Amino acid sequence: MAALTPISRKPMSLVLPTVAAAGGLLGLFVGTANDSGFLGIVIGAAIVTALAALYIFALKNEQMSKWISILIFLALGFFVGGIPAAILGALAGWFFHWFTYWMYEGRYRQRLLPYLTPSQVLWHYGFRVICGAIFVFLITPILVVIPLSFNSQDFFTYTPEMLRFDPAGYSLKHYQDFFTNNEWQRSFKNSLIIAPIATVISVSLGTLAAIGLSQSHVPGRRAIMAIMISPMIVPLIISATGMFFFYSSIGNWMEGTLGLSKNFVGYVKVVLAHAVLGIPFVIITVTATLVGFDRSLTRAAANMGANPVTTFFRVQMPLILPGVISGGLFAFITSFDEVVVVLFVGSASQKTLPWQMFTGLREQISPTILAVATILVVISIALLTTVELLRRRSERLRGMSPG
Amino acid sequence: MTDTTSDGPMLAADGTPLKKSLARALRLQKMRALMLIAPLLIFVLVSFIIPIVSMLMRSVENDIVVETLPLTVAELQSWDADSGELPDEPVYAAFVGDMVVAIDAKRHTRLGTRLNYEQTGMSSLFRKSGRKIKRMDPAADAPFKDKLIDVDKKWGDVETWRVIKTHSPRVTNGYFLNAVDMRRTPEGAQSQPEDKRILVKLFVRTLIMSLIITGSCILLGYPVAWILANLPMRTANILMILVLLPFWTSLLVRTSAWKVMLQQQGVINEFLVWLGMVADDSRLVMINNQTGTIIAMTHILLPFMILPMYSVMQTIQPTYLRAAKSMGATNWTAFWRVYFPLSIPGIGAGSILVFILAIGYYITPEIVGGTKGVFISNRIAYHISSSLNWGLAAALGTILLVVVLILYWAYDKIVGIDNVKLG
Repeated sequence: MAALTPISRKPMSLVLPTVAAAGGLLGLFVGTANDSGFLGIVIGAAIVTALAALYIFALKNEQMSKWISILIFLALGFFVGGIPAAILGALAGWFFHWFTYWMYEGRYRQRLLPYLTPSQVLWHYGFRVICGAIFVFLITPILVVIPLSFNSQDFFTYTPEMLRFDPAGYSLKHYQDFFTNNEWQRSFKNSLIIAPIATVISVSLGTLAAIGLSQSHVPGRRAIMAIMISPMIVPLIISATGMFFFYSSIGNWMEGTLGLSKNFVGYVKVVLAHAVLGIPFVIITVTATLVGFDRSLTRAAANMGANPVTTFFRVQMPLILPGVISGGLFAFITSFDEVVVVLFVGSASQKTLPWQMFTGLREQISPTILAVATILVVISIALLTTVELLRRRSERLRGMSPG
Repeated sequence: MTDTTSDGPMLAADGTPLKKSLARALRLQKMRALMLIAPLLIFVLVSFIIPIVSMLMRSVENDIVVETLPLTVAELQSWDADSGELPDEPVYAAFVGDMVVAIDAKRHTRLGTRLNYEQTGMSSLFRKSGRKIKRMDPAADAPFKDKLIDVDKKWGDVETWRVIKTHSPRVTNGYFLNAVDMRRTPEGAQSQPEDKRILVKLFVRTLIMSLIITGSCILLGYPVAWILANLPMRTANILMILVLLPFWTSLLVRTSAWKVMLQQQGVINEFLVWLGMVADDSRLVMINNQTGTIIAMTHILLPFMILPMYSVMQTIQPTYLRAAKSMGATNWTAFWRVYFPLSIPGIGAGSILVFILAIGYYITPEIVGGTKGVFISNRIAYHISSSLNWGLAAALGTILLVVVLILYWAYDKIVGIDNVKLG
């Protein structure tokens, strides 16, 4: 890809119409917002073309022209729609300046193979625009909730104050509600109790089983694997109903025969149910790590007199630890994010954060949900970073170049 | 094998034959592996597989009629349901005897509810008659035939008795017939009346919407996977974050985000109105219908499509495409005849995964689907928690599970369950 293609200035017959089309597109949006799409196209195309011609024929100074176009569009934006539009305008100004020079100097060819035809070049960039749109689709919903959670109104949409960047439009009151409201606090605490315990159970059992499965000559390996993966495959609603009947009878038995308190039994039920759901993730990640594990290391350890337990903790465990931890994180997030099963198995005193969000979304829709959502997004970013770092470490350990 | 050491089998250090020694070592190894697997396997079997199987058994269990009305059911054996005549006095006497016991144990309303699934009106019939039969004495008040018909004239209707007789066996296919909009009648399986046929429609809708979701995931996922696999590592890793972040974000966060975006007063509509693309009074209806479910679920399941596709596309050498082009293929031919066939395993893996997940989805349709965009899972949840028709819920669940297991089996055949990759 690094092949440097010699670039040359492009004729005006290509540059100006392209730039005009881009300007027209922007003009269309501004125009429709002001009730005249057609006029918008014409004006937008005209302004952008005029500026492009000005830079190319008269100014001939790239730095200066950049500031000129940013300022002009900023002023235009402010004139049309106040501060938010001015900011968008400044961005548009920067873009059009860059775009004009990108086209005019032929920079768009720089990173491409020299023999590509114009239509191939067009497809190359068109394809990137399509992909960009899909990435926007992927990430927008997550980004949209973050500013909304600072809304000072109880609305689920951007208020005019927020768009004007008026400090009065923003507040932390939804966060305050989350941290002071008993319902939310209790459910948050429940999630923090249930998820780690469930994770510990699924990680310890799952790692052992994955090590067992990775030995050669395990009879019925496929069948065992299928059974262990099944909690991930079976639709949650079916797992939930099955567990509902099972754990209600187990719960009655524990309360009646063992005389345990109702609250404690409730937690045990939810923790066990969540542990089962987390197991497939542990199995999958740990087995994947074990594929790259050099078996002669355990033999070498045994050869030097270590017993199996020592071998496991001193040799095998440190090497597969990244896989175990990322499996654990998957199990944690599964439990932390789980609604259906806890809805069926748990009782009101085991209400978890997702459960509270679910009822919040279905019944009394409150903007505190957005604050919670933002906090959860931050948590998931932290988890994602951890997993990514672990993956790289694991690849380094196995002698692969980190990807 | 043992040419050099004259005679006898090869011996291990301790003097046992090597073959035997090896077999013992292997057996030990197997045992140790099984010991490691056993705790988890037992845990999963006991707390997951068996509960689900026993839940699914409820779809054929039908003990309630024969346990509540044991004498009546025995008497009804000799009654010809097709004769068009009412059963004789012994049946009525047995019925009153059974009912008096059942009313004492307060079980008669449960039976009424059960039979009401098959024939509307049965629930109120049992409840109302229960109050009057309570005052009867099975020993003294005979004969009962006319008395019962006085209590409620439905007891003089052949149809009532036919329903009881039809649903008296301990094992029934009735729930499964209900699940496909049919019902068990004395004349065999028949389809439900027009206004009650909703479940087949719901199954079809679930299938079609899952297919649409899978299709749109392929359409959106393929370009992204392609670009991730073909960009330089460093750029691809940064873009990968955009795929993995939604994957790691809580399902409820994403669902609530879509609720915020798609509402009539939501972000998308406000934006379109601000742009002037949509008039203020004709805002797009994108939530509480199928559109909402499809958009939100496509977004939620898209990473499950991109990740398998990406891992397959990473293994396709870019030189293949260049080779094809150097031999005169156009861009399109090179893609369609060389790259695309090589990427099919990724599409297959992703599609099956997305389809399996989509077909059993519950949360998202429940929140953004309204009434038109719900799936069969939502119906199962309704029957479990609201209408308490557990048999029907189990039957619906069994059908859903069979579909999923077939796909799971296909996934195992095509991809291999060990090759599932996460993140």
